[in-house]
Amino acid sequence: MELHPFPYLFLIPLFPLLGAVVNGLFGARLQRRMGKNAVHALAIAMPWASFAVAATAFATLAGLSGESAVHQSLWPWFSIGQFNADMAFSMDRLSGVMTLIVTFVGSLIHVYSTGYMHDEQSYWRFFAYLNLFMFAMLVLVLGDSFLTMFVGWEGVGLCSYLLISFWYKDSKNAAAGMKAFVVNRVGDAGFLIGLALLIWALFPENLTGLSFREVQEVVTNPAVRDRLLSSEVFGVGLVSLICVLFFVGATGKSAQIPLYVWLPDAMAGPTPVSALIHAATMVTAGVYMVARLNFLFALSPAAMTVVATVGALTAIFAATIGLFQYDIKKVLAYSTVSQLGFMFMAVGVGAYWVGIFHLMTHAFFKACLFLGAGSVIMGCHHEQDMRHMGGLSKLMPVTAITYLLACFAIAGFPFFSGFFSKDEILWKVFDTGNLLLPGGGKLLWLLGALAAVCTSFYMFRSYYLTFSGAYRGHGYPHESPRSVTFVLSILGILSVVGGYVGLPILWGLPNWFEHWLEPVFEPSAPFILSAGGTHATEWTLMLASVGIALAGFLAARWLYKGAANPVPARLLSSPNPALRFVHRLVFNKYYVDEAYQAAFVRKSLDLSRVLYRFDQGVIDFIVNACGTVSRFFSAIQGWIDYRLVDGMVNGVATLMVTGGRVLKVTQTGRIQSYVYGIMGGAIALVVAAWWLY
Amino acid sequence: MEYQSTSTLLSWMVFTPLLGAVAILLAMAFRGTLRLEGKWMDDFARVVGVASMTAVVLMGIALYLGFDGKSTAVQFIHHFVWIREYNIEYFLGVDGVSITMVLLTAAVGFVGMLASVPWWGKLDDHHHPHFSKRRVPGYMVLFLLLQTGIMGTFCALDFFMFYMFWELMLLPMYFLIGIWGAPTRTEADGRVRGGPYAAIKFFLYTLAGSVLMLLAMIALYYTSGPATLVDGTPTQHTFNLLYLARMGQQGLFAGAAPILGMAFSKVVFVGLFIAFSIKVPMFPFHTWLPDAHVDAPTPISVILAGILLKTGAYGILRFNFSILPEAANWAAYGIAVFGAINIVYAAFVCMAQKDLKKLIAYSSVSHMGFCLLGFAAMTPQAMSGAVFVMVAHGIISPMLFLIAGVVYDRAHTRDINGFGGLASKLPEYAGITGLAFMASLGLPGLAGFVGEVLVFLGAFGSAIAGFKVLVMVSVVAVIITAAYYLWTIHRMFLGPLNEKWAGLWDMNWRERFTLYPLAVLTVLFGFYPMPLFDLMNPTLGWLVETVSRVGNIL
Repeated sequence: MELHPFPYLFLIPLFPLLGAVVNGLFGARLQRRMGKNAVHALAIAMPWASFAVAATAFATLAGLSGESAVHQSLWPWFSIGQFNADMAFSMDRLSGVMTLIVTFVGSLIHVYSTGYMHDEQSYWRFFAYLNLFMFAMLVLVLGDSFLTMFVGWEGVGLCSYLLISFWYKDSKNAAAGMKAFVVNRVGDAGFLIGLALLIWALFPENLTGLSFREVQEVVTNPAVRDRLLSSEVFGVGLVSLICVLFFVGATGKSAQIPLYVWLPDAMAGPTPVSALIHAATMVTAGVYMVARLNFLFALSPAAMTVVATVGALTAIFAATIGLFQYDIKKVLAYSTVSQLGFMFMAVGVGAYWVGIFHLMTHAFFKACLFLGAGSVIMGCHHEQDMRHMGGLSKLMPVTAITYLLACFAIAGFPFFSGFFSKDEILWKVFDTGNLLLPGGGKLLWLLGALAAVCTSFYMFRSYYLTFSGAYRGHGYPHESPRSVTFVLSILGILSVVGGYVGLPILWGLPNWFEHWLEPVFEPSAPFILSAGGTHATEWTLMLASVGIALAGFLAARWLYKGAANPVPARLLSSPNPALRFVHRLVFNKYYVDEAYQAAFVRKSLDLSRVLYRFDQGVIDFIVNACGTVSRFFSAIQGWIDYRLVDGMVNGVATLMVTGGRVLKVTQTGRIQSYVYGIMGGAIALVVAAWWLY
Repeated sequence: MEYQSTSTLLSWMVFTPLLGAVAILLAMAFRGTLRLEGKWMDDFARVVGVASMTAVVLMGIALYLGFDGKSTAVQFIHHFVWIREYNIEYFLGVDGVSITMVLLTAAVGFVGMLASVPWWGKLDDHHHPHFSKRRVPGYMVLFLLLQTGIMGTFCALDFFMFYMFWELMLLPMYFLIGIWGAPTRTEADGRVRGGPYAAIKFFLYTLAGSVLMLLAMIALYYTSGPATLVDGTPTQHTFNLLYLARMGQQGLFAGAAPILGMAFSKVVFVGLFIAFSIKVPMFPFHTWLPDAHVDAPTPISVILAGILLKTGAYGILRFNFSILPEAANWAAYGIAVFGAINIVYAAFVCMAQKDLKKLIAYSSVSHMGFCLLGFAAMTPQAMSGAVFVMVAHGIISPMLFLIAGVVYDRAHTRDINGFGGLASKLPEYAGITGLAFMASLGLPGLAGFVGEVLVFLGAFGSAIAGFKVLVMVSVVAVIITAAYYLWTIHRMFLGPLNEKWAGLWDMNWRERFTLYPLAVLTVLFGFYPMPLFDLMNPTLGWLVETVSRVGNIL
């Protein structure tokens, strides 16, 4: 791999960081003195500037050979023995695509936010956080080593926390932010252990540093690879364990089973945040990471199976929950979880470019959907329940049209962007030869197809509930300001045409996207197997995809258009216990939150209380008991000292005194008594001598 | 004729605070003549205190600039015969590890001193006088004395001198907690707590460890081989720590006559280790710490957490690992187990806390566990990480205690559950608290992360397989730590404002002077830790190499 120095790379993350620092430290004053325009002028200029630099870097990259990367090393971060990590950025073809998506969609959402957050008091704080997020996300994407990436990885988690709890005066929002951060940390713990395992597996192989490039070079050495593949740790294949642990990190950040629970709650944040962080960029970091480590994941069929299966299960699981939600943002949240599942299916079967392709198209249409939802929420005076909407297509035409376009895209209607990426995913899953499941990928394909039906259904359900029929809410809805509709229009167009960079090869058209990313995934290419599906199968599946999209669409249209069909209401009020049970189960999100609350949160709190009681009641008790016992013994010793030792001393003195007092009686001063005494003594001596001898 | 004096800088750094203390005492003695009465005397004492600590910081900068980081040798030696009859020498010097601690002591001592003056900001002392306005000259004398003790502990290279400084730390601390700490109170469950209780507990606990150290010192002295004093006089035995280390590394103590049937080096190792691990503090010897912190005045908590705890960890490196390497190999896994217990156990206990200071105190216990785990792993990465944790915790935990002080000075309570929504009233305070908490929970890009991740990754590569399990267990703390800090932020700062605290005001300049420099250091070392690693890596690399080599031979 060839490194091409590019001395301006650091500017890409630096610009938003500057914006964040300036607005974070002086924003309040800026806003007071010069108004909100000053705040957002800076905040918007920064990501656009990043985009410009990123585009230049991308252009430079395009002029280089496929395996090259533009690179900039800033300063050594760690250097201890073999353990080297520089603060360095590098942009290869994969991170180039990611950078462009992040800076472009991010900048658009900054523009949108000026309209959405217009009445907000802490306008400056919002933009400071948003810029900080851009910084962290760009460090994540451009980070040259595992640890630099981890700075961004946790940094975006922090920003997500800050932005979810942006309206912190409501405890619920703050709790949602906390949940997001802590759940992400669970994933990060897995990531750290995976990293530790990887590093120590590679140290004996003369690993010189922790950059992706160096690790990849070592791993792709055939001799090393064979050694790695044959080693086991804790009875599990080493490579599989490493990959699964990294994937645990991905499940946290990208909201997959079992760590997806934070994402729906994250909708507590302002809607632009949901669009930017919880749909288009941050949550895709896990997908990016797996793609980045393709040279590792492709080595382990077990890990690939785990990734693809978890992805498929998440896709169908979240899609079913999405069917019954009424909060428009919740629908989109579960849809995001489900779509991320699709991306993991793709990277799980080794179709890395497809995963990234879907990541990109999803960034367009999901951002469009979220921003459309935001526009609707604004128009309906902060109403999020779709039961209190309806009929908005006439009142908010731009929002309605762009939302509809994005719905077509996500549902996978032909010639819309989502069709190309999702169809490709389903095909790759069907045709994979890498999974350890019975029937290869057929089962997962089925799950994916079902999830796709659900997707199409709930998306059009949300469209019809929101935009068709008569308005059921309060007040008078209005179309959003220009800053909002402008962004919606751009994203709406991209939702349609964004997929044309990756047209199916089946159609005999050029697939620029796959071609562009091919060199990045070259190390894994020899390990990715096909089940040998024919063109005929592929055509059939493509038709099936179209059918799937249509089926969901038609069902939703029949049930929800104009709120005219009585079936949904009848079903909801049905007394049939089986029906009610299913509805309640799904509506309450399978009670996963409650189960986690009971199994993990409560238990940890209980444990913490028990340990604290142990600390005070046993350990500290022993310490204090030592003190008490010492005092007790010293009391006894004191008594002994006072009564016995000192008592003896005093006793001698007392003896002297009383003895003296007794003997004093004899000191009469009269000669006669002394003479009696002497005589008595003499007689006593004589008697004694006589008696003894 | 090794280790000749090269500089008196360290002596100045150690004894400048003592000179300040003497100056204050003299002024007190002659205050009648000098007309230093009441407020004037207080201010004089404060000025002397701040000036002394400023001087120490400036000398610290000179020390840093003059230190050759590439060398593993001891530098800035000040060395002469002190008590010839007992072969006791005056011997100060720093190597790559102790210099980091010396610099930390200078910095944290300075910050602690700034936090001890009532200047540059409003102080709400209607209810009871603020500690910074009570018996000021005495406070300053003891504070400066404490600084001399701590600085001396890190610089001393003669066992007897080390012991003397070690004991010198105790006495001022006892009075500072006992007199300027919280008054005695009876808690809800009938236990009597407060400054005096905490001070006695701290004093006796540490003293109990010191007794073991004294015995170990005598045992080592009489087992040590012939050596020379600095002026070339040959001696039978030696207190010189560098000689002792060399003898230990040559296997002298490993082969010494057993004590009560147990291997000499192991007995001495355990004695020294207990003495130091009480200071660290290591589970189960940690319970003095929460009490001492809760009832100490803010700057004393700062000193206690920031640098006093490090004397324990430093001692383990300087004595247990350097002098008794084969016993260190023998004990490594045990130490690591206790380190892991520290990390996880204390993290859980943190989550049960309602008192902000107690929570921070237990979090110190948790973080100091990383030092034990890192030392025990004996890989260069883990060892450097552990020493880095010492520095990072030395910067972050003072921030945390200062933060606890800020809110306590205003609200006169530290009950986490009693606050709520403070962020809208004290935004700047909320911001700096967020930064400190994030640093403490190990957010990458801040200082706490660098040490922790190095310990995790480094310990994972230990030759002993069990370390992998310990690391995996310890990683749980990453989650728990995030949970308790975020939960604390949630309970104190977020949600609707508790109207009871509507009258609170945001940070003042004194608090900014103390918190912002530490915040800057936290960010700086998070992104650019190499200056510290450049100092410590050669020395630690040499130590790791020596200890593991000895472990392989014996």
